[in-house]
Amino acid sequence: MYDTIAAISTAQGVGAISIVRISGDEALEIVNKIFDRNIYSFKSNTINYGHIIENGKVIDEVLISVFLAPKTYTKENIIEINTHGGISVTNKILELLLENGARLAEPGEFTKRAFLNGRIDLIEAESVMDLIDAKTESARKLAISGVEGRLSSKIKKLRDKALNLISNIEVNIDYPEYEDIEIMTIEDIKRFSNELNSEIDDLLKTSESGKLIKEGINTVIIGRPNVGKSSLLNRLLDEDKAIVTDIPGTTRDIVEGSIRINGVLINFLDTAGVRETTNTVEKIGVEKSLSLLDSASLVLLVLNNNEKLTDEDKDLLEKTKNKKRIIVVNKKDLDSKLILDLDHVSVSAENNDIEELLNKINELFKLDEINDGDMTYISNAREISLLKKAKKASNNLVEALNNNIPIDMLEIDIKNIIDYLGEVTGDSYDNELIDKIFSRFCLGK
Amino acid sequence: MYDAIVVGGGHAGCEATLALANMGFKTLLVSGSIDHIAMMPCNPHIGGSAKGIVVREIDALGGMMGKVADRTLLQMKMLNFSKGPAVRSLRAQGDKVTYPKEMQRLLKENKNVTLLEDMVEDLIVVDNVIHGVKLSGGEEISAKSVILTTGTYMKADILVGDTRTRSGPTNTRPSLYLSENLERLGFKILRLKTGTPPRVQRDTIDFSKTKMEPGDDKLYTFSFDDKPYYKVEEQEPCYLTYTTPLTHKIIRDNLTKSSMYGGIKEKLGTGPRYCPSIEDKIVRFADKERHQLFLEPESRYFDDIYIQGFSTSMPHDVQEEMVHSLPGLENAKILRYAYAIEYDAIDSRDLYPTLETKIVENLYTAGQINGTSGYEEAACQGLMAGINAGLKMKNEEPLILKRDEAYIGVLIDDLVTKGVRDPYRLLTSRAEYRLLLRSDNADLRLRKHGYRVGLINKEQYDRLINKEENIDLIIEELNNIKIKSEKSMSGIDFVKRTENSIFDIKDKFSKEYDELELEQAEIQIKYEGYIKKARKEAEKMRKLENKKIPVDIDYDKVPNLASEARVKLKEVRPMSFSQASRISGVNPSDIAILSVYMKRYFNEYK
Repeated sequence: MYDTIAAISTAQGVGAISIVRISGDEALEIVNKIFDRNIYSFKSNTINYGHIIENGKVIDEVLISVFLAPKTYTKENIIEINTHGGISVTNKILELLLENGARLAEPGEFTKRAFLNGRIDLIEAESVMDLIDAKTESARKLAISGVEGRLSSKIKKLRDKALNLISNIEVNIDYPEYEDIEIMTIEDIKRFSNELNSEIDDLLKTSESGKLIKEGINTVIIGRPNVGKSSLLNRLLDEDKAIVTDIPGTTRDIVEGSIRINGVLINFLDTAGVRETTNTVEKIGVEKSLSLLDSASLVLLVLNNNEKLTDEDKDLLEKTKNKKRIIVVNKKDLDSKLILDLDHVSVSAENNDIEELLNKINELFKLDEINDGDMTYISNAREISLLKKAKKASNNLVEALNNNIPIDMLEIDIKNIIDYLGEVTGDSYDNELIDKIFSRFCLGK
Repeated sequence: MYDAIVVGGGHAGCEATLALANMGFKTLLVSGSIDHIAMMPCNPHIGGSAKGIVVREIDALGGMMGKVADRTLLQMKMLNFSKGPAVRSLRAQGDKVTYPKEMQRLLKENKNVTLLEDMVEDLIVVDNVIHGVKLSGGEEISAKSVILTTGTYMKADILVGDTRTRSGPTNTRPSLYLSENLERLGFKILRLKTGTPPRVQRDTIDFSKTKMEPGDDKLYTFSFDDKPYYKVEEQEPCYLTYTTPLTHKIIRDNLTKSSMYGGIKEKLGTGPRYCPSIEDKIVRFADKERHQLFLEPESRYFDDIYIQGFSTSMPHDVQEEMVHSLPGLENAKILRYAYAIEYDAIDSRDLYPTLETKIVENLYTAGQINGTSGYEEAACQGLMAGINAGLKMKNEEPLILKRDEAYIGVLIDDLVTKGVRDPYRLLTSRAEYRLLLRSDNADLRLRKHGYRVGLINKEQYDRLINKEENIDLIIEELNNIKIKSEKSMSGIDFVKRTENSIFDIKDKFSKEYDELELEQAEIQIKYEGYIKKARKEAEKMRKLENKKIPVDIDYDKVPNLASEARVKLKEVRPMSFSQASRISGVNPSDIAILSVYMKRYFNEYK
């Protein structure tokens, strides 16, 4: 009756296991595509061991619970995938399900289905209806608010290009004898497809929150020698990972460690202090530190409260001014000699007083929200899977072009692209196309 | 006492009358002028993009438009041949003399048809059920069902420059009171507008200054039953010319004299977006240096040449100047001037998908009265209204074509679900499953329906079954045929490759198959993947289509519906969840809520 839906059913964050649940007619078919055993051989109400795979690569070792319709929570086929926790793995599995044909469940949708399929007592009808009403509203808002600003305008532009392309094709079909309407050539479609692919790759790569989920926040700790970077790292990690001495230039290679704040991985990279040096080993370390700045999602620029701002400090402030950064003034327990009119946090790594810094990171990446509403997180999985689907359709398009498939067939893929991109931004197709045709072209008898 | 009365003898009226008569019902066709029955008042085409597929669908169901066009056409073309099988569509240049004559002959020779020359001005309605019609002289005729196919005739006004004249096309009588009487019954009335270009005398045109556009070299028919009647070399050509800078200057200088641009002061009806007047084109696309115009013959038997692309409501003297500014037409004699026509239509959302009105039982409407434009759009509605009126009289299930089944289904669903803003024309882009709705498979899609309703006879039906079997046989044979090229492959794999044709290996088959059967098998094999995708999409829609909504549902009692959705649902009263989901302003959450309500209050409902 309904399409197949999937969602992460356990609370977001890091637990021993997480459960991804999928429900609907195609649940088995979809999971079978990403599982290394034949799911059709499993009996109902059994738990089965195996691996989730993508392109032959193992994503996770999992337990799969199979519940066959009708005796299930939703009265549909349900599969629950028990993963090894961890946001990126769980999210990856959800993404795979969405890529293979499932739709992301709206909040409360499993319950809604249980009701619609007659599983839940009718006495609950009124309250469930209120629930549906409220939840779908927030889901709708989510779909639209999930993507904002630059990303959304980029997608809109791409979608608009696809719409233009298709309206050209349509006009050529519906008014075959109007020679002055640009005949859509294979080259135009290819050009579009290439552009779309590279834009989508770009979007997937640069989507800040996408990265956040997939890779965590790569945080580079940078600063002059001996301002306390390594101490700060040790405090953040709550272990003595970096060697701390009073000798400037102790850290010459990168020291790494990670923590989780509200389930999101934060990778800290302690770097060699940046200074002019003649020591070859230290010099390499310094260069490496600077190059890390480029790929960092967050820069912690550490200054010493006990010293005046040096030229090296100023240089680093300048180098990092366009990055997402937090200026950390360390050694707040010592006399204040630093004069700084920039926004900053004050800590004392020595006294384990780093609360202000943690709060700032939290605030900067809205980590609270990830935990509470799971909105940012989820909408991202949805977004990523839609973009990937658009790319897949675009690849189909190129393949079909290369096989000389006629233009009326190609249109299916272009329409899919428009639909997927529209789903990301919350635009619907409806009468748009016909309006576009009539506004762009001069037609008629 | 007749079984049915059809009001209006245009393309909708003819198909409705013949469908009813061929289903065995005594049918009266009332027309303002019997000589004008089945005339083509505007362009001389039958078919065209999407429309050509409709003509084939009409033929598959047992309608007559395709057969009459085949017998009388001047030229035939397969449009979009290179763009792929899904969008190929036939277009004939019709003959404005012989087409109506042939259709009139079919009507006159049918023993169940009676023709009457008069105007219907009122309906006899008792307790919201139709009982018959009232003629202009007051005479009443009763019938079990009535089909209105009034075309552009309800309160028709001809607009030229600053003049407005109450008249039908080519000085025919308009219907003066019918639309007011419909309004009184509760119908919403819309005012629509369309236009037609000037006709010029053939031998006053210098065709050497134009480009010749001949018909195709291959022979085609709309009908699945007939062989081509024409010869390739006997087709009449069309000619291509262009507007000039002088044409544009004349139009701009005289713009305010056009009815549409100030010539007529009061508010005008809504014109079709896809068919703008030449004034519209020049104003809206000011940077275009020239516009294409096609010079098309209207008949072998008279001299009129139709200037396609040049419709206008300029006064006659400006039209003279405009026509003479065109290459080849410097000395052309205008035989009939262009005009715009304004007419009344009803809101098509007042109809069920059977085309029966929701307001008056056993009253049906078809064609331009429902807000559409085009001969083919009209004809297919006439056919469907006739079929459904007939089925209802026989107490049989109605015939409602789905969107994945026919362009006719798309058209009617759009009409009853979305309504129209401007005159509605079918476009391939309106059909989301158009890969399934091809010109080549109209018979495979629809003939069985035609047989069920009684418009396709046993012999035609058997031929269809034979064709289906042969297509299966061809595919089976291809599975077993081995083709040796660089490496050996099955016949199926050979045909799958775009560079190969099934006709390359024709001699490998055990017997000789019909060309159309081979072609059909080839399309099914070559585009299998795409067709499957389209089918899967259509399947989703079908599932929702099967979930019916009771007609007597009270939307005010459904809690939590968004208020816009509530208003729209009350207005359209959709028959299924699928139809409901296509109404703009009805969101998925509303559908879910409705679904919940159904469970709650119609417990037996599954």
